[in-house]
Amino acid sequence: MIYLQIAANGLVLGGLYACIAVGFSLVWGVLNVINILHGSFIVLGSYVAYFAYVHLGIHPFISIFIAGGVLYALGYVVQAGIINRVVSAPVLITLTLTFGLDLILNNTMLVAFTADYRGIALAHPLGSLEIGTVFLPGDRVAAMALAILLTILLYRLLRDSTIGRAIIAVRMDREAAALMGVDVKRINAITFAIGAFMAGAAGALLSIIFPISPLNGPVFLGKAFVVCVLGGLGSVPGALAGGLLLGVIESFTSYWLGPERAVTVSFALLLVLLFVRPSGLMGRRGYE
Amino acid sequence: MRSWLALVVIAALVAALPLAGNNYALRLATTVCMYSVMAQSWNFIGGLAGYPSFATAAFFGLGAYASAILQNRGVPMVPAWAGAGLAALLFAAFLGGAILHLRGHYFAIASLIVAEMLREIVNTLPDFTGGGKGVNLPLLKLSVTGQAQFFFYAMLALAVLTVATTIVIHRSKLGFGLRCIQQNESAADIIGINTYAYKTAGFSLSAVFVGVAGAIYASWVNYIDPPDVFDVLISVKPMVMVLLGGLGTIFGPSIGAVILLLLEEAVWRNFLTIHVAALGAIIVVLVLFLPNGLLALIRERSPTKAMAK
Repeated sequence: MIYLQIAANGLVLGGLYACIAVGFSLVWGVLNVINILHGSFIVLGSYVAYFAYVHLGIHPFISIFIAGGVLYALGYVVQAGIINRVVSAPVLITLTLTFGLDLILNNTMLVAFTADYRGIALAHPLGSLEIGTVFLPGDRVAAMALAILLTILLYRLLRDSTIGRAIIAVRMDREAAALMGVDVKRINAITFAIGAFMAGAAGALLSIIFPISPLNGPVFLGKAFVVCVLGGLGSVPGALAGGLLLGVIESFTSYWLGPERAVTVSFALLLVLLFVRPSGLMGRRGYE
Repeated sequence: MRSWLALVVIAALVAALPLAGNNYALRLATTVCMYSVMAQSWNFIGGLAGYPSFATAAFFGLGAYASAILQNRGVPMVPAWAGAGLAALLFAAFLGGAILHLRGHYFAIASLIVAEMLREIVNTLPDFTGGGKGVNLPLLKLSVTGQAQFFFYAMLALAVLTVATTIVIHRSKLGFGLRCIQQNESAADIIGINTYAYKTAGFSLSAVFVGVAGAIYASWVNYIDPPDVFDVLISVKPMVMVLLGGLGTIFGPSIGAVILLLLEEAVWRNFLTIHVAALGAIIVVLVLFLPNGLLALIRERSPTKAMAK
């Protein structure tokens, strides 16, 4: 059954898409900021994993924490130092600002790392899994499992920890949260940093699958857009469902219409969804 | 009346440029006119109605490709430009109907995705559009200087037309309605403004001149490919120019266009590899320190205007 294989490929890809999108979705939902930097954050995470592997021999799966940590620090500084100044300004202002920051970061990476596509060839690949008639590369499955695990951890963090409850409180009502003693600016910075951490971690996982180049930043950002709109804004389970769905949709459109049309189809899907159901398949209304 | 006078004087001064300048100055002036068209156009939807549209690149690329396809099928150049404007207008009216009910970030993302999608479509239809390898346009039988002057005057005429439209719209019911929508859309709806029709009109206005500009640009450079004419920076630059010059003003966008081009040239010349980062830095500084534009800075300094405020 070729369809089983396609669906499995799609799910593996989709777990990674969920991880790409969940940080973006969190920042959008809590801060009401579209973080255009997100794509470049992911690429930077991939580079951290790449250099850690090439120079220090650290496996990309372990680099999740290195890349995530680097990006967490960068994200905290960017939010606390720059974006917090205009965080409640109109959309045009915050959007243009993150766009400007992205131009700076992406150009810096182009100069520092060049536009050449790099890749990690693992010295000890995990081989391939064979379930019935479905073949799956072991490394990809492991990366997907880790991506989903990270997404679930984020969900638990938001639900169970004090900081997570504070983040949710700010998302629900900024003023009320401030009145309850939540330091909104600090929560903003931590939320943005967590979003960046997820981007960095996703980048480390993607580094063993996709070629690494600053040119991929906008591609990842586009995926985050689509997953967010599919799954609904600011919702972690939504991002997971949206990611898996996008993976499967892309996988099948690649098979039926050719890989070059997969992106077009996913964007068309996004526009149609925005037209009929702007709050997403699983999102709640009220975040417009 | 003062606006019309200013437009005539500026246009006359700029039109005299070929008498004084060399081809380099002419190329810069053509680019300024093109930027001015893009910024003035974005101002209709972004400045007046307050909708952060990222669709400028979509209209620009659509215009460029519409004109290229028409010309390669034997349509003469100037009618092809008009066809490009019409294509952009119809596309925006149709698209506006689909995405203008979205607000804020959702509208921004939808408009951003449109350019990406058109780029992918052009890429995947090589027989019709030339695909990823781009498309050539017919050459003009003019000398190099003659061509430079021809495209300069074409772009200048378009810029003048765009500014003239801006002046008319600012004083019309449409301009008033769009400003109401920016301040409070629900309230505008309640006092009887057909917000949907107004927004669609504003969005279509923001497309038609950009479509023609894309068409003229395509003829000017003779060759276009998808990454060039659907570049996301084409959507971002007009926003920067309008922010520089002042949101919702008549001449602000054109002034912003001149400032941005001068900055760009200075950066291009001195720091070629980091010119995109420099543009980013300009954006960051602008947003953080001058959200109302450079003109607002000057206006705030003058005491009478400050009193009136």
